[in-house]
Amino acid sequence: MSPRLHDENPDRLYTITGGRSRVVDDGSIDLVTLIVSESEPSAGMQSEHARILRICRRPTAVVELSADLELPVGVVRILLCDLLDAGVVTARHPRTSHSPDALPSPELLKRVLLGLQKL
Amino acid sequence: MVGGFGVGKTTMVRSVSEIRPLSTEETMTRAGIGVDDTTAVRGKTTTTVAFDFGRITLDDELVLYLFGAPGQERFWFLWDRLFAGTLGAVVLVDTRRVQDSWYAIDRLEHHGTPFVVARNNFGAPQHSRHQLRDALDLPPHVPLVDCDARRRDSSKAVLVALVNHLFALSFARETTP
Repeated sequence: MSPRLHDENPDRLYTITGGRSRVVDDGSIDLVTLIVSESEPSAGMQSEHARILRICRRPTAVVELSADLELPVGVVRILLCDLLDAGVVTARHPRTSHSPDALPSPELLKRVLLGLQKL
Repeated sequence: MVGGFGVGKTTMVRSVSEIRPLSTEETMTRAGIGVDDTTAVRGKTTTTVAFDFGRITLDDELVLYLFGAPGQERFWFLWDRLFAGTLGAVVLVDTRRVQDSWYAIDRLEHHGTPFVVARNNFGAPQHSRHQLRDALDLPPHVPLVDCDARRRDSSKAVLVALVNHLFALSFARETTP
Protein backbone atom coordinates (compact mmCIF):
# COMPACT_ATOMS: atom_id res chain seq x y z
CA MET A 1 0.00 0.00 0.00
CA SER A 2 1.19 3.45 -0.79
CA PRO A 3 1.62 5.78 2.15
CA ARG A 4 1.39 8.86 -0.03
CA LEU A 5 -2.19 9.83 0.81
CA HIS A 6 -1.52 9.62 4.53
CA ASP A 7 0.79 12.58 4.12
CA GLU A 8 -1.91 14.51 2.31
CA ASN A 9 -2.45 18.03 3.52
CA PRO A 10 -6.09 18.33 4.61
CA ASP A 11 -6.09 21.99 3.61
CA ARG A 12 -5.44 21.03 0.02
CA LEU A 13 -8.34 18.57 -0.03
CA TYR A 14 -10.53 21.24 1.58
CA THR A 15 -9.63 23.65 -1.21
CA ILE A 16 -10.22 21.10 -3.96
CA THR A 17 -13.75 20.40 -2.78
CA GLY A 18 -14.55 24.01 -1.92
CA GLY A 19 -14.89 23.09 1.73
CA ARG A 20 -17.41 20.34 1.21
CA SER A 21 -16.78 17.15 3.07
CA ARG A 22 -19.76 15.22 1.93
CA VAL A 23 -22.30 15.09 -0.81
CA VAL A 24 -25.81 13.76 -0.71
CA ASP A 25 -24.74 10.16 -0.93
CA ASP A 26 -27.60 8.35 -2.58
CA GLY A 27 -25.31 5.50 -3.51
CA SER A 28 -25.43 6.54 -7.15
CA ILE A 29 -21.65 6.68 -7.45
CA ASP A 30 -19.99 3.57 -6.15
CA LEU A 31 -16.41 2.39 -6.53
CA VAL A 32 -16.96 0.59 -9.81
CA THR A 33 -19.34 3.05 -11.47
CA LEU A 34 -17.86 3.91 -14.88
CA ILE A 35 -17.49 7.60 -15.62
CA VAL A 36 -17.46 8.81 -19.24
CA SER A 37 -16.58 12.32 -20.46
CA GLU A 38 -19.22 13.97 -22.56
CA SER A 39 -17.20 17.08 -23.35
CA GLU A 40 -13.68 18.45 -23.36
CA PRO A 41 -12.23 20.52 -20.51
CA SER A 42 -13.05 24.19 -20.84
CA ALA A 43 -10.88 27.23 -20.08
CA GLY A 44 -10.92 28.26 -16.45
CA MET A 45 -12.15 24.91 -15.23
CA GLN A 46 -10.78 23.66 -11.90
CA SER A 47 -7.73 21.57 -12.73
CA GLU A 48 -9.06 18.41 -11.01
CA HIS A 49 -12.27 18.64 -13.03
CA ALA A 50 -10.25 19.04 -16.21
CA ARG A 51 -8.10 16.02 -15.33
CA ILE A 52 -11.17 13.88 -14.76
CA LEU A 53 -12.55 14.89 -18.15
CA ARG A 54 -9.28 13.95 -19.82
CA ILE A 55 -8.95 10.60 -18.01
CA CYS A 56 -12.58 9.68 -18.69
CA ARG A 57 -12.37 10.05 -22.45
CA ARG A 58 -12.03 6.31 -21.96
CA PRO A 59 -14.68 5.00 -19.53
CA THR A 60 -12.97 4.80 -16.14
CA ALA A 61 -14.14 3.36 -12.83
CA VAL A 62 -14.35 5.70 -9.85
CA VAL A 63 -11.77 3.68 -7.94
CA GLU A 64 -9.27 3.98 -10.80
CA LEU A 65 -9.89 7.72 -11.00
CA SER A 66 -9.17 7.97 -7.29
CA ALA A 67 -5.85 6.20 -7.75
CA ASP A 68 -4.91 8.21 -10.86
CA LEU A 69 -5.74 11.54 -9.21
CA GLU A 70 -4.18 10.44 -5.90
CA LEU A 71 -7.27 11.67 -4.10
CA PRO A 72 -9.49 9.81 -1.63
CA VAL A 73 -12.63 8.28 -3.08
CA GLY A 74 -14.83 10.65 -1.04
CA VAL A 75 -13.17 13.68 -2.61
CA VAL A 76 -13.44 12.21 -6.10
CA ARG A 77 -17.13 11.58 -5.48
CA ILE A 78 -17.68 15.25 -4.65
CA LEU A 79 -15.85 16.34 -7.81
CA LEU A 80 -17.89 13.88 -9.89
CA CYS A 81 -21.16 15.25 -8.53
CA ASP A 82 -20.12 18.69 -9.81
CA LEU A 83 -19.38 17.27 -13.24
CA LEU A 84 -22.57 15.21 -13.36
CA ASP A 85 -24.60 18.27 -12.38
CA ALA A 86 -22.93 20.23 -15.17
CA GLY A 87 -23.76 17.44 -17.61
CA VAL A 88 -20.15 17.07 -18.78
CA VAL A 89 -19.79 13.46 -17.66
CA THR A 90 -22.19 10.55 -17.48
CA ALA A 91 -22.16 7.59 -15.13
CA ARG A 92 -22.67 3.98 -16.19
CA HIS A 93 -23.74 1.88 -13.28
CA PRO A 94 -22.65 -1.69 -12.84
CA ARG A 95 -25.24 -4.40 -13.04
CA THR A 96 -26.07 -5.39 -9.51
CA SER A 97 -28.44 -7.82 -7.94
CA HIS A 98 -31.65 -6.20 -6.83
CA SER A 99 -32.06 -8.26 -3.72
CA PRO A 100 -29.10 -8.55 -1.39
CA ASP A 101 -29.16 -12.32 -1.20
CA ALA A 102 -29.55 -12.85 -4.94
CA LEU A 103 -26.78 -14.91 -6.44
CA PRO A 104 -25.26 -14.09 -9.80
CA SER A 105 -26.75 -15.96 -12.72
CA PRO A 106 -25.02 -19.19 -13.88
CA GLU A 107 -24.42 -17.50 -17.27
CA LEU A 108 -22.50 -14.68 -15.63
CA LEU A 109 -20.54 -17.10 -13.43
CA LYS A 110 -19.61 -19.14 -16.49
CA ARG A 111 -18.18 -16.06 -18.18
CA VAL A 112 -16.23 -15.15 -15.03
CA LEU A 113 -14.83 -18.66 -14.86
CA LEU A 114 -13.81 -18.67 -18.52
CA GLY A 115 -12.14 -15.29 -18.09
CA LEU A 116 -10.24 -16.45 -15.02
CA GLN A 117 -9.07 -19.62 -16.71
CA LYS A 118 -7.43 -17.55 -19.44
CA LEU A 119 -5.27 -15.76 -16.88
CA MET B 1 -10.02 -10.07 -0.30
CA VAL B 2 -10.21 -9.53 3.36
CA GLY B 3 -7.88 -10.38 6.18
CA GLY B 4 -5.64 -9.00 8.88
CA PHE B 5 -2.56 -6.87 8.34
CA GLY B 6 0.34 -8.60 6.62
CA VAL B 7 -1.67 -11.66 5.64
CA GLY B 8 -0.96 -11.19 1.93
CA LYS B 9 -3.96 -9.32 0.53
CA THR B 10 -1.82 -6.84 -1.38
CA THR B 11 0.35 -9.68 -2.65
CA MET B 12 -2.65 -11.63 -3.88
CA VAL B 13 -4.25 -8.65 -5.65
CA ARG B 14 -0.88 -7.92 -7.24
CA SER B 15 -0.31 -11.48 -8.40
CA VAL B 16 -3.52 -11.69 -10.46
CA SER B 17 -4.18 -8.09 -11.48
CA GLU B 18 -3.48 -6.98 -15.04
CA ILE B 19 -2.83 -3.41 -13.95
CA ARG B 20 -0.03 -2.13 -11.79
CA PRO B 21 -0.88 -2.43 -8.13
CA LEU B 22 -2.93 0.56 -7.11
CA SER B 23 -4.05 1.74 -3.79
CA THR B 24 -6.46 4.45 -2.89
CA GLU B 25 -8.30 5.71 0.12
CA GLU B 26 -11.74 6.06 1.49
CA THR B 27 -12.71 8.50 4.17
CA MET B 28 -14.41 7.36 7.30
CA THR B 29 -16.26 9.66 9.59
CA ARG B 30 -15.98 8.53 13.17
CA ALA B 31 -18.55 10.80 14.72
CA GLY B 32 -21.03 10.51 11.88
CA ILE B 33 -22.09 6.97 12.64
CA GLY B 34 -25.63 6.82 13.89
CA VAL B 35 -25.76 10.56 14.29
CA ASP B 36 -28.16 12.86 12.54
CA ASP B 37 -26.52 14.56 9.54
CA THR B 38 -27.04 18.11 10.69
CA THR B 39 -25.53 17.48 14.10
CA ALA B 40 -22.63 15.51 12.68
CA VAL B 41 -21.40 18.20 10.33
CA ARG B 42 -19.40 20.09 12.92
CA GLY B 43 -16.70 18.69 15.11
CA LYS B 44 -16.47 15.34 13.42
CA THR B 45 -13.12 13.74 12.91
CA THR B 46 -12.41 11.96 9.69
CA THR B 47 -9.70 9.51 8.99
CA THR B 48 -8.82 7.59 5.89
CA VAL B 49 -7.94 4.01 5.19
CA ALA B 50 -5.99 2.70 2.24
CA PHE B 51 -7.15 -0.23 0.21
CA ASP B 52 -5.72 -2.06 -2.77
CA PHE B 53 -7.48 -2.82 -5.94
CA GLY B 54 -6.74 -4.70 -9.09
CA ARG B 55 -8.51 -5.51 -12.33
CA ILE B 56 -8.95 -8.54 -14.54
CA THR B 57 -10.54 -8.15 -17.96
CA LEU B 58 -12.67 -11.28 -18.35
CA ASP B 59 -13.96 -10.76 -21.87
CA ASP B 60 -15.06 -7.96 -24.22
CA GLU B 61 -17.77 -6.83 -21.83
CA LEU B 62 -16.84 -7.95 -18.34
CA VAL B 63 -14.26 -6.57 -15.98
CA LEU B 64 -13.60 -8.12 -12.58
CA TYR B 65 -12.40 -5.76 -9.87
CA LEU B 66 -10.47 -7.09 -6.93
CA PHE B 67 -10.41 -5.19 -3.69
CA GLY B 68 -8.16 -5.93 -0.80
CA ALA B 69 -8.80 -4.30 2.54
CA PRO B 70 -8.20 -4.98 6.19
CA GLY B 71 -10.94 -6.95 7.85
CA GLN B 72 -10.85 -5.58 11.35
CA GLU B 73 -14.00 -4.16 12.78
CA ARG B 74 -12.95 -0.55 12.44
CA PHE B 75 -12.46 -0.88 8.70
CA TRP B 76 -15.73 -2.52 7.95
CA PHE B 77 -17.40 0.68 6.70
CA LEU B 78 -15.32 0.19 3.59
CA TRP B 79 -16.73 -3.25 2.96
CA ASP B 80 -20.31 -2.18 3.47
CA ARG B 81 -19.87 0.02 0.42
CA LEU B 82 -18.56 -2.88 -1.60
CA PHE B 83 -21.28 -5.40 -0.96
CA ALA B 84 -23.55 -4.23 -3.77
CA GLY B 85 -22.40 -5.95 -6.90
CA THR B 86 -19.84 -8.07 -5.11
CA LEU B 87 -19.69 -11.63 -6.36
CA GLY B 88 -18.11 -12.91 -3.20
CA ALA B 89 -15.19 -12.65 -0.86
CA VAL B 90 -11.92 -14.40 -0.15
CA VAL B 91 -10.97 -14.45 3.52
CA LEU B 92 -7.22 -14.70 3.61
CA VAL B 93 -5.97 -16.38 6.75
CA ASP B 94 -2.55 -16.47 8.38
CA THR B 95 -2.65 -19.54 10.63
CA ARG B 96 -0.41 -17.79 13.14
CA ARG B 97 -3.11 -15.15 13.66
CA VAL B 98 -6.37 -16.95 13.09
CA GLN B 99 -8.29 -14.57 15.34
CA ASP B 100 -7.72 -11.74 12.82
CA SER B 101 -10.26 -13.46 10.55
CA TRP B 102 -13.08 -13.99 13.02
CA TYR B 103 -14.74 -10.65 12.59
CA ALA B 104 -14.63 -10.78 8.78
CA ILE B 105 -16.17 -14.26 8.66
CA ASP B 106 -18.89 -13.27 11.09
CA ARG B 107 -19.72 -10.17 9.09
CA LEU B 108 -19.79 -11.97 5.73
CA GLU B 109 -22.13 -14.61 7.13
CA HIS B 110 -24.35 -11.88 8.54
CA HIS B 111 -24.54 -10.15 5.16
CA GLY B 112 -25.10 -13.41 3.30
CA THR B 113 -22.08 -12.70 1.11
CA PRO B 114 -20.63 -15.96 -0.26
CA PHE B 115 -16.99 -16.50 0.62
CA VAL B 116 -14.16 -18.99 0.61
CA VAL B 117 -11.32 -19.14 3.09
CA ALA B 118 -7.79 -19.25 1.71
CA ARG B 119 -4.93 -20.24 3.97
CA ASN B 120 -1.86 -18.36 2.83
CA ASN B 121 1.00 -20.69 3.53
CA PHE B 122 3.96 -19.12 5.21
CA GLY B 123 6.14 -22.20 5.38
CA ALA B 124 4.65 -25.53 6.36
CA PRO B 125 1.13 -25.38 7.80
CA GLN B 126 1.16 -25.80 11.56
CA HIS B 127 -2.39 -27.00 11.81
CA SER B 128 -4.45 -29.55 9.99
CA ARG B 129 -7.34 -28.29 7.89
CA HIS B 130 -9.66 -29.79 10.43
CA GLN B 131 -8.04 -27.83 13.25
CA LEU B 132 -8.22 -24.64 11.22
CA ARG B 133 -11.91 -25.17 10.46
CA ASP B 134 -12.50 -25.62 14.16
CA ALA B 135 -10.52 -22.54 15.07
CA LEU B 136 -12.48 -20.48 12.53
CA ASP B 137 -15.79 -22.12 13.43
CA LEU B 138 -16.27 -22.52 9.70
CA PRO B 139 -19.57 -23.97 8.44
CA PRO B 140 -19.02 -27.24 6.52
CA HIS B 141 -20.23 -25.82 3.19
CA VAL B 142 -17.61 -23.04 3.13
CA PRO B 143 -14.58 -24.12 1.07
CA LEU B 144 -11.13 -23.93 2.66
CA VAL B 145 -8.24 -23.83 0.22
CA ASP B 146 -4.49 -23.52 0.57
CA CYS B 147 -2.61 -20.94 -1.42
CA ASP B 148 0.60 -19.09 -1.97
CA ALA B 149 -0.52 -15.52 -2.59
CA ARG B 150 2.75 -14.69 -4.35
CA ARG B 151 2.01 -17.10 -7.17
CA ARG B 152 -0.38 -16.11 -9.91
CA ASP B 153 -1.60 -19.64 -10.59
CA SER B 154 -2.24 -20.20 -6.89
CA SER B 155 -4.16 -16.94 -6.45
CA LYS B 156 -6.08 -17.69 -9.64
CA ALA B 157 -7.05 -21.08 -8.19
CA VAL B 158 -8.47 -19.31 -5.13
CA LEU B 159 -10.65 -17.10 -7.34
CA VAL B 160 -11.77 -20.14 -9.34
CA ALA B 161 -12.66 -21.88 -6.05
CA LEU B 162 -14.82 -18.89 -5.13
CA VAL B 163 -16.65 -18.93 -8.46
CA ASN B 164 -17.17 -22.69 -8.20
CA HIS B 165 -18.58 -22.16 -4.71
CA LEU B 166 -21.00 -19.58 -6.15
CA PHE B 167 -22.02 -22.11 -8.80
CA ALA B 168 -22.72 -24.68 -6.10
CA LEU B 169 -24.78 -22.19 -4.06
CA SER B 170 -26.71 -21.11 -7.10
CA PHE B 171 -27.38 -24.72 -8.08
CA ALA B 172 -28.47 -25.64 -4.55
CA ARG B 173 -30.90 -22.74 -4.51
CA GLU B 174 -32.42 -23.66 -7.87
CA THR B 175 -33.05 -27.21 -6.79
CA THR B 176 -34.54 -26.20 -3.45
CA PRO B 177 -38.32 -25.98 -3.80
